[in-house]
Amino acid sequence: MGLIRWMKARLQNRRGAPVWQPYRELIKLFNKEVVVSNNASWLFRATPFIVFASVVVVTFLVPILAVPLPFDGVGDLLVVVYLLLLGTFFLSLAGLDPGSPFGGMGASREMTVAALAEPTVALAIFALALGAGSTNLGQIVARTMTDPASAVSPGHLFAFGALFIVTLAETGRLPVDNPATHLELTMIHEAMILEYSGRYLALLEWAAAVKLLVFFSLLGNLFVPWGVSMALTPATLVLAVISLLVKLVVLAAAVAVLETRIAKLRLFRVPELLSVSFVLALLAVTSSFLLR
Amino acid sequence: MSERAIARLSGALADALAHDVTDAHVVRSTELHCSVRPAAVPALARLLRSEFAAELLFMAAADRRADRAGFEIHYLFAAERQAWLLHATALVPADTPEISSLATFCYPASRFEREIYDLFGIAAPGHPDPRPLVRHAFWPADYFPLRKDAVPRDFTDDGRAFPFTEVGGEGVYEIPVGPVHAGIIEPGHFRFSVVGETIIDMKSRLYFTHKGTEKLFEGRDPAAGVELAERISGDTTVGHALAFCQAVEAATGTDVPDRARHLRVVLLEMERLYNHVGDFGMIANDTGYAVAHSHCFRIRERLLRLNKSLTGSRLMRGAIVVGGVRTDLPAGLDLAVELDAAIRDFDEIVGLTLENTLVLDRLDGTGRLTTPTARDHGVLGYVARASGIDIDARRDHPFAAYDRLSFRVPVHETGDVKARTLVRVEEARESVKLIRQAVERMPAGPLSAPVRELPAFHPAFSLVEGWRGTIVHWVMGGPDGRLWRVKVMDPSFLNWRPLSYALLKNIVPDFPLCNKSFNQSYSGNDL
Repeated sequence: MGLIRWMKARLQNRRGAPVWQPYRELIKLFNKEVVVSNNASWLFRATPFIVFASVVVVTFLVPILAVPLPFDGVGDLLVVVYLLLLGTFFLSLAGLDPGSPFGGMGASREMTVAALAEPTVALAIFALALGAGSTNLGQIVARTMTDPASAVSPGHLFAFGALFIVTLAETGRLPVDNPATHLELTMIHEAMILEYSGRYLALLEWAAAVKLLVFFSLLGNLFVPWGVSMALTPATLVLAVISLLVKLVVLAAAVAVLETRIAKLRLFRVPELLSVSFVLALLAVTSSFLLR
Repeated sequence: MSERAIARLSGALADALAHDVTDAHVVRSTELHCSVRPAAVPALARLLRSEFAAELLFMAAADRRADRAGFEIHYLFAAERQAWLLHATALVPADTPEISSLATFCYPASRFEREIYDLFGIAAPGHPDPRPLVRHAFWPADYFPLRKDAVPRDFTDDGRAFPFTEVGGEGVYEIPVGPVHAGIIEPGHFRFSVVGETIIDMKSRLYFTHKGTEKLFEGRDPAAGVELAERISGDTTVGHALAFCQAVEAATGTDVPDRARHLRVVLLEMERLYNHVGDFGMIANDTGYAVAHSHCFRIRERLLRLNKSLTGSRLMRGAIVVGGVRTDLPAGLDLAVELDAAIRDFDEIVGLTLENTLVLDRLDGTGRLTTPTARDHGVLGYVARASGIDIDARRDHPFAAYDRLSFRVPVHETGDVKARTLVRVEEARESVKLIRQAVERMPAGPLSAPVRELPAFHPAFSLVEGWRGTIVHWVMGGPDGRLWRVKVMDPSFLNWRPLSYALLKNIVPDFPLCNKSFNQSYSGNDL
């Protein structure tokens, strides 16, 4: 996240904050006092923990460095999707909870985006699952590793496009949401967390950053799995870390360039963009099914 | 041209309103000054509208109870694209301070009459919308700050809520925003009535920045009024200072030297340029296109530094004085070359931004202010020119050296954010051409002329096309040669209200974009 911000700044002719700035901000927020609205209920206090916990659990289920995953037996693709949706759902509730107008506005927009984006996530990964014959993410990675030609199959490419668009939507990047804006009226994700402060805000910011990492690893490892450690030996793990970093840098650069080149879509155009991604995902499933 | 129009006008006044309009005389060749019976003002306004296509531009009240046993109300009428102006004065008695309202057929009059009631306690019976306008909610009901005998008092919060119009209906909800905003901007409260994401009504509550500027002018030496005028709206330093100085010069009969006139053009256009460049970046930023924003601010910074080397102040404070200008062009500075480089840079950014289809999609058709609505509200400046109203005080009522320079007034018809953006881009280019011409043709000579004493109770005014639109300063001297009454109108006073109309049927996330494309001043609106 820091990397994207820094690259954007350089592309805009600014110097930019250092890459590790988000960590500094987290430390700052953890040390700050928490201010909670009088109107807020327990839901408001519980949400940061639920959101953070759900993305942390997701990281265990997503192949980030190595397969087979230690928690393979616990959950598969569907669990990942539902866990992510659980966080979004509670965040929206928390946005509504204190009764501030921006929270409600953000929540309604977020649900619109989520309702369109989540099926695409599931469908795009299903396209791969069809090829692998399993909804287990670890097995999908393993399958692509053993059959490199499938990485450039039309199903894979369509699914990659779909998931990339959804990544932008789910993590609140341009052209769906503008993470750099201060204008409450245009916000989606930021509007929901406007009422949060201190360590609660830190948890939510952190969760958002981890979510971005999860999506980037999904993009990187599901579609270009090389480098992912198949056996838990030190040498392959080092290789896995390096390859993951390279993938993340490439994806971050792609997002930064994209965000510099484009403007934010008018809110009512967002569903159109997400429909495109859904259609791509659908095409991916169809083609993997037909070409299997 | 204007002599003929004025002759026709005085003829018509003598025919139709012989008993109501008296003492008509021509001042400074383009202004017809007269006195009018208060009850006959609506008849006068209707005659001017039907026969001369002239509309009310400005109203000012002055407390003359000490020497004339009443309040004077001054009306200024002007017709589109014509140089002549009619200045009519009505005297209302002190014991029954009432004027005949023009508000039933003239929207700007409605704003002015409400303001006059709030500040002077002069009522306008029959006004369709007599709510307070500039009046602070905590002021006592009998407190009228611009009366000469007003004494400052302590105010406390009475706990009453501000009565907003409620919009009912299924699925309609309200979004309140401000007055404290997330950015470093002035205070203003906006209340949206929304169905889903679509705005069906927007009420703005402004007037959080009352500073008593007009009261502060009173009793000042005219030369000391300039620093106050410069601070009316921070981004319009030159515009307001120039309007104030020209009004004082008109009252005292001062003839400003030619060199100073050309230098004033340079300063006013520099102000227009840096504001247009900066705002273009802000509009692009509100669409999420941050590249244009950072580059426009780089260019703006370059222009501000140029301002500093021109005048010693980045905002050009202290550059204009009554009678002329303070400083000459610095030796060794090639203004034309510097500006050519800056505008080439700006053109490249504009090209990049407007070629981006996503940006264009956000600007196109957003926040449309139709020509009839704009005309009804008497809007000024680029907001008017983007809605197809071809007005520009630099051309219509030439001041400084504009009558000797050639320039184009860009006009667009569509009235959307894109039109306002394009008008400003084109104006920025014209500004560079104007500065180049002014520097080339600048004659040698003195920088300022001596100023005579301000005559007592002789109203004078001046119109200046600031970057935001037409600024009017109206000045009257007192018996001691000091300022008795100064009335200031920033274009924001008339341009704020139509924003609500431009927003109708737009979606909430587009409000910041619409607002930025209007970019009116909160401070200049609330003096």
